[in-house]
Amino acid sequence: MSRSQQLDRPGPPSGPPGDDAGCTVLHIDMDAFYASVELISRPELKGTPVIVGGGSRSVVLSATYEARRFGIHSAMPMTRARRLCPQATVVEPSHSRYSQVSAGVMEIFRSVTPLVEPLSLDEAFLDVAGAVRRLGRPSEIGQLIRDRVADEQGITCSVGVATTKFVAKLASTRSKPDGMLVVPASGVVAFLHPLPVGALWGVGEKTEKELTRLGLHTVGDIAHTPRSTLVRALGQASGAHLHALSWGRDERRVVAHEPDKSIGAEETFSRDVDDPDVVRRELLRLAERTAARLRTAGLAGRTVSVKIRFADFTTITRARTLSEPTDVAAVLYATARQLYEALGLDRARLRLVGIRVEGLVESESAPHQLLLGERAQGRREVEQAADRAARRFGDGTVRPASLVDPDRSTGPPE
Amino acid sequence: MRFRVERDVLAEAVAWAARSLPARPPVPVLAGLMLSADTDAAGRLVLSSFDYEVSARVEITADVTEPGVVLVSGRLLADITRSLPARPVEVATDGAKVVVTCGSSRFTLLTLPVEDYPTLPEMPGASGSLRGDLFAAAVGQVSIAAGRDDTLPVLTGVRLEIEAEKITMAATDRYRLAVRDLAWTPEQAGLSAIALVPARTLADTAKSLASADKVTLALASGGTGEGLVGFEGSGRRTTSRLLDGEFPKYKSLLPAESASVATVETAGLVESVRRVALVAERNTPIRLSFSGGEVTLEAGSGDEAQASESLDAGLTGDDISIAFNPAYLLDGLGVLDAAYAELRFTASTRPAVIAAKDSMDATAGDDYRYLLMPVRLSG
Repeated sequence: MSRSQQLDRPGPPSGPPGDDAGCTVLHIDMDAFYASVELISRPELKGTPVIVGGGSRSVVLSATYEARRFGIHSAMPMTRARRLCPQATVVEPSHSRYSQVSAGVMEIFRSVTPLVEPLSLDEAFLDVAGAVRRLGRPSEIGQLIRDRVADEQGITCSVGVATTKFVAKLASTRSKPDGMLVVPASGVVAFLHPLPVGALWGVGEKTEKELTRLGLHTVGDIAHTPRSTLVRALGQASGAHLHALSWGRDERRVVAHEPDKSIGAEETFSRDVDDPDVVRRELLRLAERTAARLRTAGLAGRTVSVKIRFADFTTITRARTLSEPTDVAAVLYATARQLYEALGLDRARLRLVGIRVEGLVESESAPHQLLLGERAQGRREVEQAADRAARRFGDGTVRPASLVDPDRSTGPPE
Repeated sequence: MRFRVERDVLAEAVAWAARSLPARPPVPVLAGLMLSADTDAAGRLVLSSFDYEVSARVEITADVTEPGVVLVSGRLLADITRSLPARPVEVATDGAKVVVTCGSSRFTLLTLPVEDYPTLPEMPGASGSLRGDLFAAAVGQVSIAAGRDDTLPVLTGVRLEIEAEKITMAATDRYRLAVRDLAWTPEQAGLSAIALVPARTLADTAKSLASADKVTLALASGGTGEGLVGFEGSGRRTTSRLLDGEFPKYKSLLPAESASVATVETAGLVESVRRVALVAERNTPIRLSFSGGEVTLEAGSGDEAQASESLDAGLTGDDISIAFNPAYLLDGLGVLDAAYAELRFTASTRPAVIAAKDSMDATAGDDYRYLLMPVRLSG
C-alpha cells in the first residue's frame, strides 16, 4: 500500500478543473485497493468499516475509508485496529485477486499511453503527452481513466495531474478518495509551499526531525532557506534534492516498465523467532514464493541473498552467486539455508527474514549445464506443475509438506 | 647428526617430501620435515613428512659422518635448499639447532620436538606395478574430471578399480566423466580391489613418480593399513588416506550407441575452441554444428560479442548441433594425447563421448573415454 493512503483522510471529491496545459504527468492511485477489491465480491459490506489483514501477519494491509475514520491505517498492528474499531469486518487477503485486478487496471493505463511506470500493484505514473491529440486534455484523459477503472474493474481511483511526477503524486493524495486534482504549471509553488515538509519525496522520519530542528516546518520554509544551508545540514545530495523539489523541480521522467533488478520476498514474524526450525520453514516458504514469482516473470537469477533482521532491528544480508541462473525453489532454499546456517546464529531472536534473487536474466535464454544422469523431468518441472495447479485452483494448492498448516483449511481460497 | 650431500640431490628430495605439508598445520610439529641420517652401507638420508592424510618418504645417499634424527620446518628448509648455490651442502646439529652450510652461506634453524611427531603409517603390502610414465599419463587423463567442491567429497576422488591385469580409473564432477583402462602387473593372480583416492594427491604423486621405471601400488586389503593407498618408485614412497563413500555408478552412463560420429584433428579443434571461447562469457557455452564435412564453432549472442569458425570434420550419421562449456571441452581434448579426436553423439541433450584416434581412418581406442554433458541452450 502506498504511503499516501496511510496518511490520507477522505478529502474533497475533486479539485476544480484548472488550467492543465503542459500537465502531462498523471499519478493514479487506487483507493483502499485491497479493501475495494474485497468489496467487489462482498457488496453487502459497502459503506461499512472493513479491514484487510489478519492471519498470523497481524498488520492491517488495507482498510475502507469507513474504517479509516476510526484511525485505522495500513501497517497498523491488527490487535490495535480491532480495538479502535471492534465492529469492523476483518477479511483475509486474497493476493491472487489483487494481482488480477491490478493487471486489468494496468491494461487500461497502457491503452492510453505506452509510458506507464507502475510503482506497485495499485499505483502508476503515466505520461500522456502523446495521447492528448487522440484523447483530449490531460484532465479529460484522467477522467476517462477514472470512469473506465470504475466501470471495468468495479473500484475507484484518484488521479493527480501535474507537470512533474512528484507534484502529480501529491495531487492524487490530496484528491482521495475517488477524486482528481489538477495542479496547473503556474500553481505549483502555491500548491506546494503550505504543505508540511513530510510531504516531500525523500523526507522520512529522520530528515523530518532534522528539518524541524532547523525550524523548517513547511515546504515553503525549505524553499526560502539557502541551498547551501540545506546542503550543510543534510548533505550534498539530499539538500540539493529537497531544495529543487520545494520549487516543484523534478527532473525524473516517466519510464515505461522499469525492468526488475531483483525479485524477492520477506516476512516479518508476528512475534520474534529464535527457533531455527521455524526460520528454516519460513525460508522454504519464501523460496517457494520467490521462485514462483521468478517463473511468472519468466526470469531466473544467479545471486541469492538472505536478509535477517534481529529483534533490535539490526539488519544483515548475506549473498552467494550460483554457477548459473535459477528459478527453482529447491535451489533457492538450499542456498538460502547454507547462508543462514553459515551465520551460526545461536538462537538469536529474529524479527524478519527475506530471500532475494539478483542478476536476473530471461530464463528462456539462460543456458543450463546438464548433469550426468540428470532426469529430463527434474525439480523445475515439479515446480512448474505446482504453478499450473496454483493458477487453476489458487495459490498454495500444491506446496512442500512442511508448509502445510494442519490448523488451517487446506482448501483453495475463495 | 652430520651429513654432506650435493645441493641438487638434497633440494629435489626436500621439495618432494615437503610438497604435501600443510600451510596451516593443526599442530605445529606437522609442519615439520623429518631428517634421519644413518651410517650403514654408503650412508643414507631419509626425509619424511606426514599430515595425517598424506605421508611422503624419500631416501637418498649422503655422506653421513654422524647418525641422528631431527625435525625442522619443511617449508623453510625447502625454500633454503632451493636457493643455495650449486655446491655441497653440510647439515649438522648444534645443540637444539640445525646448521645448514653451503659455500659461504650459513643458516641456523630451530628444531621441533621429534618425540611429538606422529609415526608414519606403514606402507600396505604391494599389490602390483607399472611404468611411471604410463601411470602419470593415465592419472592426468582422469583427474581433470574430478570435482573440486569439498561439499561433495566422493567426487573429489579418482576411483581405482583393479581387476587382475587391468586398472580402471574413473573420476567425475557430474558434468563430465573420464574413464581410463590401463594394463599393469599385479603381484598375485586374480587380484580385485577398489579404492577412492583424493584426486589432487593422486595427480601430484603420479606426476612426481613419472620418471620412475617402476611404480608400485599398494592397496591394503583387510588388516593393517586399511583405508590407505601407497605408491613407491625411485626411492620415493607416499601414502594417502582413501576417501569414504560410494562413488556414483557410472558404467550405465556410458552410451551404448551413437547417432553421429565425428572425427576432428585434435590440435586444430583445441585452437579453434580456445579462440571462439574468447567471447563466451562466464557460464555461456560454445556451440558446435557438425554438417557437410565440417564443424562450425560459435559463441556469444546477439547482444554481445560473437565469434565463429569452421574446420574439417568427418561425420558419419546425422548432422548435429550441440553446446558445451568450453573449459570442459578443452579439458577433455587437452589430455587426449592423440592426433585425432572422435566425438560421438546421441542427441543435443545427451552426453557426448570423446575418444582418441591415431589417424582420420583409424578405429578409435576405447581405453580412454571422456564423457561430457552438453549445455541446454534454452530454459
